[in-house]
Amino acid sequence: MFFKFFSDLRRLDVPVSLREYLDLLGALDKGLGHYQVEEFYYLARTILIKNESHIDRFDQVFASIFRGLEAVDFEEEIVEIPEEWLRKMGELLLTEEEKENIESLGGWEKLMETLRQRLEEQKERHQGGNKWIGTQGKSPFGAQGYNPEGIRIGQEENRNYSAVKVWDKRIFRDLDSDIELGTRNIKVALRRLRKFAREGSADELDLDDTVSSTARNGGWLDIKMVPERHNAVKVLLLFDVGGSMDSHVRTCEELFSAARTEFKHLEYYYFHNCIYESVWKENRRRQSRRLATWDLLHTYSSDYKLIIVGDAAMSPYEIAHPGGSVEHWNEESGDIWLRRLVKTYPNVSWLNPLPKDRWRYFQSAGMVSELLEGRMFPLTLDGLESAMRSMNN
Amino acid sequence: MPFEGTDTYIATDDLKVSVNAAITLQRPLLIKGEPGTGKTVLANEIARSLGAPLIEWHIKSTTKAQHGLYDYDAVARLRDGQLGDVRVQDISNYIVRGKLWEAFDSDVRPVVLIDEIDKADIEFPNDLLLELDRMEFHIYETKTTVISKNRPIVLITSNNEKELPDAFLRRCFFHYITFPNEETMQQIVDVHFPDIKKKLLREALQVFYDLRDIPGLKKKPSTSELLDWLKLLLAEEIDADILRTNDPAKLIPPLYGALLKSEQDVHLLERLAFLNRRERAND
Repeated sequence: MFFKFFSDLRRLDVPVSLREYLDLLGALDKGLGHYQVEEFYYLARTILIKNESHIDRFDQVFASIFRGLEAVDFEEEIVEIPEEWLRKMGELLLTEEEKENIESLGGWEKLMETLRQRLEEQKERHQGGNKWIGTQGKSPFGAQGYNPEGIRIGQEENRNYSAVKVWDKRIFRDLDSDIELGTRNIKVALRRLRKFAREGSADELDLDDTVSSTARNGGWLDIKMVPERHNAVKVLLLFDVGGSMDSHVRTCEELFSAARTEFKHLEYYYFHNCIYESVWKENRRRQSRRLATWDLLHTYSSDYKLIIVGDAAMSPYEIAHPGGSVEHWNEESGDIWLRRLVKTYPNVSWLNPLPKDRWRYFQSAGMVSELLEGRMFPLTLDGLESAMRSMNN
Repeated sequence: MPFEGTDTYIATDDLKVSVNAAITLQRPLLIKGEPGTGKTVLANEIARSLGAPLIEWHIKSTTKAQHGLYDYDAVARLRDGQLGDVRVQDISNYIVRGKLWEAFDSDVRPVVLIDEIDKADIEFPNDLLLELDRMEFHIYETKTTVISKNRPIVLITSNNEKELPDAFLRRCFFHYITFPNEETMQQIVDVHFPDIKKKLLREALQVFYDLRDIPGLKKKPSTSELLDWLKLLLAEEIDADILRTNDPAKLIPPLYGALLKSEQDVHLLERLAFLNRRERAND
């Protein structure tokens, strides 16, 4: 019973174990959630899912399974979309005039073919099961003013369902750990870095030491105090600003604001594309107020954890050659400076806001990653967690 | 009797299913969600609607799992020993009951709230695995075992400060309280302020959701802030028209202190209001 549901969840890396599966069966045995699909959905969710970041994946699997769509395959997508569906949709959406237009564009068949392709792409991207057509700004359908919301292909096949089901709303999408990176999520990830140490004035009773000193004292009380524990991690953040990074400003701001409240010792500086002989703190006065990178290396001790945020998308010359900088003449090449940083700060990682699969389009990303001994991570929650883990070692 | 929400607490369908599943299958229910969405209040309301006693155990960063079971008051025993008190012979005189023991000993099925479990040490949930599973524990000093008379309904809240261990999660049911939509919010406000003027409420909710949509706020106002704010609006008898006003000079909602808790957020809002005003001036 529900075994496919269960195994599909596991296939999408939702950590459900036999225990949860049996729990669900047990709950059904007790008569919970039997009579309504919605209630069953809530019940399955509360029992099988233990973390809000998995709910979105759960919703997708649920949608695919309980709509009788057995053909969903997450690896190789072969979905047959019946022609009538497409035709019906086209008729529904297009005016006579537009249909004539279509004829001139290559005919109905051609259009159907395109639509079919679109839908298949769509399915793939949603990892199956979702029958909604998203906003397709570029598609001919979109241009002809059809509102994609609320139209589901194959409506008649699923007469029992009303238009939007809870799991189709996918309200938990933002919480999926692969996607969103809100301030709160970043904080959770950054907390991995916490390291408590005793610091400051001695104001806590050290019981063990007190007992042993009292014993050694022949029974006279000898009270020993220790300082309270604090988060003692020090973080140095270097941000790439300007140029190609402009589109990532928001993500970086969120990272920054999360980091700021999380660490007591947090220092930040900016650079452009690659780090050369100086960095700056105020972007507005970057020309007048700069800090020599040498001073940076000498000011912040090597127990600082260095986090560099940048897309590492630049010309290879900017890293490898003296004078490669796009802004000024640099005496020493970027890779020399990067090497110095890595040498001074053994706990270093580079966070890249570009999705990981796009790094290979930039030779520079590979070069930087190599300089950092592979410690370049995507700026997603999972990437951030791997980065924190690598820096804690 | 299933839990259906109460006259002061609006439970959404998914929350009801979760609570009832946890009650029926006698599993702890782990509740997460944005701060201020009523995680802690939930336990209160469940206890009230079931007519069960509520036992609250608030967790701090120094709380140990042992504290919930029992404490051995060695200092009192030492003092009594020196004074020659006869009680000192019986070690059970110095065993102090914890919250869970209290719950296990209750004659009617109680509701136990373990509040903000993520505040405690990382080992805390692991130390409670067996206790929550079997609802019993062993006292080493007196060599007795305490077994629950009635399996309590256990609610656990977390603010996500720490990841909870898998073994612990596997024993719990889980529910994530999402931020209520406008319809639910209206119901929530209705139960709290039944006589609030319809118009005022509509305008206030509008202001509230607009405020939540402002990007970059450090702490978005949540349900509890909204309720506080409405209380203030009612107390000050603010008119609905003032809330709706498009007067550029008054773009910041009145009594905004109840909604925004961080100085930076207030600054952000003021700055936005200023920009907005300037744009209008240029028009």
